[in-house]
Amino acid sequence: MTCLVRIAVLLTALPTLACADSYSSTYQPASASPILIRAATVLTGAGARIDNGDVLILNGKIAAVGSNLIAPREARIIDAQGRWVTPGLIDVHSHLGVWASPDVSAAADGNEATAPVTPNVWVEHSIWPQDPGFEAALEGGVTTLQILPGSANLIGGRGVTIKNVPSVTYQGMKFPAAPHGLKMACGETPKRVYGEKGAAPSTRMGSVAGYREAFLGAQNYMRQWQKYQRELAAHQKKQANRSAGKRTSKDQDAEETQPPEPPERDLRFETLAGVLKGEIPVHIHCYRADEMATMLDLAGEFGFKVAAFHHGVEAYKIADQLAAKGVCGALWADHWGYKMESFDGIQENVALVDRPENGCAIVHSDSEESIQRLNQEAAKAMARGIKAGLRIPPERAIRWLTANAAKALAIADRTGTLEPGKMADVVIWNRDPFSVYALADQVFIDGALMFDRAHPPAEPRSDFLLGQPQREAAP
Amino acid sequence: MRTLAGEASFGLASRWVAARRGSFRMFLAVLAAVAMSLADATAQDVFIHDARVHTASSRGTIVQGDVLVRDGKIAAVGADLTAPADVSSIDAKGRPLTPGLFAGLTAIGLAEVPAEAPTVDANVSFLPPLWSLQWRPEFDVVLAFNPRSVLVPIAQSEGLTWTMLTPRSASALLAGQGTAVTLDGRYDAAISGSRTLFVQLGGSANGLSGGSRAAQFMLLDQAIREARSPAAAGEGALLQPAGREALARYLAGGRVAFQVDRAADLRQVIAFAQLNGMSPVIVGGAEAWVVAQDLARANVPVLLDPLDNLPATFDQIAARLDNAALLHKAGVKIAFSQRSQESHYAQKIRQLAGTAVAHGLPWDAALAALTATPAEIFGVAATQGSIAPGQVADLVLWDSDPLEVTTIADQVWLGGRNVERRSRQLELRDRYLR
Repeated sequence: MTCLVRIAVLLTALPTLACADSYSSTYQPASASPILIRAATVLTGAGARIDNGDVLILNGKIAAVGSNLIAPREARIIDAQGRWVTPGLIDVHSHLGVWASPDVSAAADGNEATAPVTPNVWVEHSIWPQDPGFEAALEGGVTTLQILPGSANLIGGRGVTIKNVPSVTYQGMKFPAAPHGLKMACGETPKRVYGEKGAAPSTRMGSVAGYREAFLGAQNYMRQWQKYQRELAAHQKKQANRSAGKRTSKDQDAEETQPPEPPERDLRFETLAGVLKGEIPVHIHCYRADEMATMLDLAGEFGFKVAAFHHGVEAYKIADQLAAKGVCGALWADHWGYKMESFDGIQENVALVDRPENGCAIVHSDSEESIQRLNQEAAKAMARGIKAGLRIPPERAIRWLTANAAKALAIADRTGTLEPGKMADVVIWNRDPFSVYALADQVFIDGALMFDRAHPPAEPRSDFLLGQPQREAAP
Repeated sequence: MRTLAGEASFGLASRWVAARRGSFRMFLAVLAAVAMSLADATAQDVFIHDARVHTASSRGTIVQGDVLVRDGKIAAVGADLTAPADVSSIDAKGRPLTPGLFAGLTAIGLAEVPAEAPTVDANVSFLPPLWSLQWRPEFDVVLAFNPRSVLVPIAQSEGLTWTMLTPRSASALLAGQGTAVTLDGRYDAAISGSRTLFVQLGGSANGLSGGSRAAQFMLLDQAIREARSPAAAGEGALLQPAGREALARYLAGGRVAFQVDRAADLRQVIAFAQLNGMSPVIVGGAEAWVVAQDLARANVPVLLDPLDNLPATFDQIAARLDNAALLHKAGVKIAFSQRSQESHYAQKIRQLAGTAVAHGLPWDAALAALTATPAEIFGVAATQGSIAPGQVADLVLWDSDPLEVTTIADQVWLGGRNVERRSRQLELRDRYLR
């Protein structure tokens, strides 16, 4: 059987193993009245720029985007003349809450570095919602973010997409009905972490064997559950026949009273089965082009799709292949050189990954500092691309922080662009956002004003900052 | 206004100092006296009447008693005192009044979260191997400088023409010496007059000082004693002879960079440097704005990272984006440096400067913080940092506002020579651009 046919057989008739209702989102959007943002330069995130544009928000959703829109009488009118409006920014790679501020040993919860393959852990169970980094990111216009485990492990665990809202619990931040992601890592980090302990993997080849063994185990697990499903179905049919009065042999009667035993649940393989079924997008920390090519072949071997390579310092070397396979690159504007695998970093990486038809370039942070200024990070990448001769107007570059990011997180049908029906996750900037001088004036999530620079909150959002001297009056 | 108590404590301190040798004790005494006289600066008058006054003295308890406070001191205690007209009055309605209570033997102010070692300063450990410490002030990192590094052409193409090479140590508070170098590609790149000693202080260095930052000052004092009187160095000496010689040079106005953030620690550093003849430079200074007046008064410059705005550690709780603006307004000399001492994307320093402007720093001050001010701070202002006759012709022509992130250097001259903007990064770009 070819690889593809084997996969097709495995995927049929498999029950949903992960209990989708466990630890579910309790997020409720704050109540939102109608809002008309008027006369701004609007970047929709879908590639359009509207000068002197309006955005109408009703019931927490984008109702209309255009010029000279009419609003209901009770709508709050925001005059945004001279200002720019974009969708809320989305960071696909953050460790806020799991490596929080302050950086204390007690709260370093990003890497379950006690075994190289840990698809059983969910990063959301490590999130500290009081991390001051969340409100700092909100002030930078970030409305949605994916929190991921670190990169110590070959398979680090499930990531989670959250809305950047105040909450005592992480469940109160979870993006409703967004899929979990799976974090994987290739390259130097896992083999250093485990090789130094004298454990596998200690080489790149050991790492690939590790991924393959994990997914083989998942396929085996799925077979066991399929077998159980078949036996259960057969049992139920016989039960139905018996009660309908059909006769069976005495021996069969004795056997069929008990339903079949289900296999034991295994949290690790449950997650990987979700990946193989296409329910869990895969996000892979990977720097070198050759290693990314290996991971694409791994995905082909087991029939799953890579949503995005993260960091992807050499993604520019395989930009065409990534675009052809619909794989996004979540990249930095200019980080390079800390490790050998990042030695070939260039400042035109984002622009070159963006260049091909269907290219999906994303600017990510992986940092509590640069998440506060993703617009500036994108600006740097935009400028280097333009200098190299590429055409990158603002309405194209904004996609790196909005539509493309939403696509990688499989939430593009609900947010990431200013289009009717989408969540009203919106930022009003004081000027062109692609500038070091740009500041987010107002940030809306589901149409509710979550940050207003003109009326900063009297108290910090984070309980940790309450009563601390950060905001005491300057001398 | 110095009070009687303040005078007394000063007098006490000076007699104490005269009776003993040792600059460390003098340092402590000066600090204590300063602290006491400052406490009187916010004195108040108040009249508390009709309290059950537990005097804790031979007078016992006064039922329906009154207490008059003048200038922060108890002026009178009794029953049926007259309330002066000019004093605010509090009706205790018979409630008990006591002196403030003793809190017991504690670590209040010395231990924020006992389970997190960088926040605990109350305990110090004298056990080996920690106390077979060795410091090497003679370590001079410039001896390893490689002008043929791939980072040099990248820095050049980004308009970065000189840098301060900085030593770091994972085992010693005092890492050694750094020097400013020109990035024009020459071998003998050290710029004379720039040599600086680097010291790290604060909670994150507690592991190098037996667990307490108080011991960091203690160790520095020990090193200084060894430098001043070689005979003082016995077994377990911190320094080697070359180190004593090197450190001694910094005790006569030598420039010492202290990597430190917390407001209380900044004040300690200012006093310590003054007492020991050092010219301090603060590096990091996330909470510097809190003590801006002290820094300005002492003429202590600060090299900060304007992007520091999160409480990354308990030493940086008060970090905020307008740190640069506040310091500048108070008259503190400021320059910029990435906290991570980033070399591979050093050009991000322009983004630091632009961010400071976005949060209130005047544009000219921000540009100065990338040019003339660091040159002044590191003693190289005669040749670097400004466009003026006599300066080396290191010049950059920009395609727009140099503090804007979308700006790229158009042309760079080093020593008057036009530098071709080539680097490994640009060659990789061109290969894959095709």
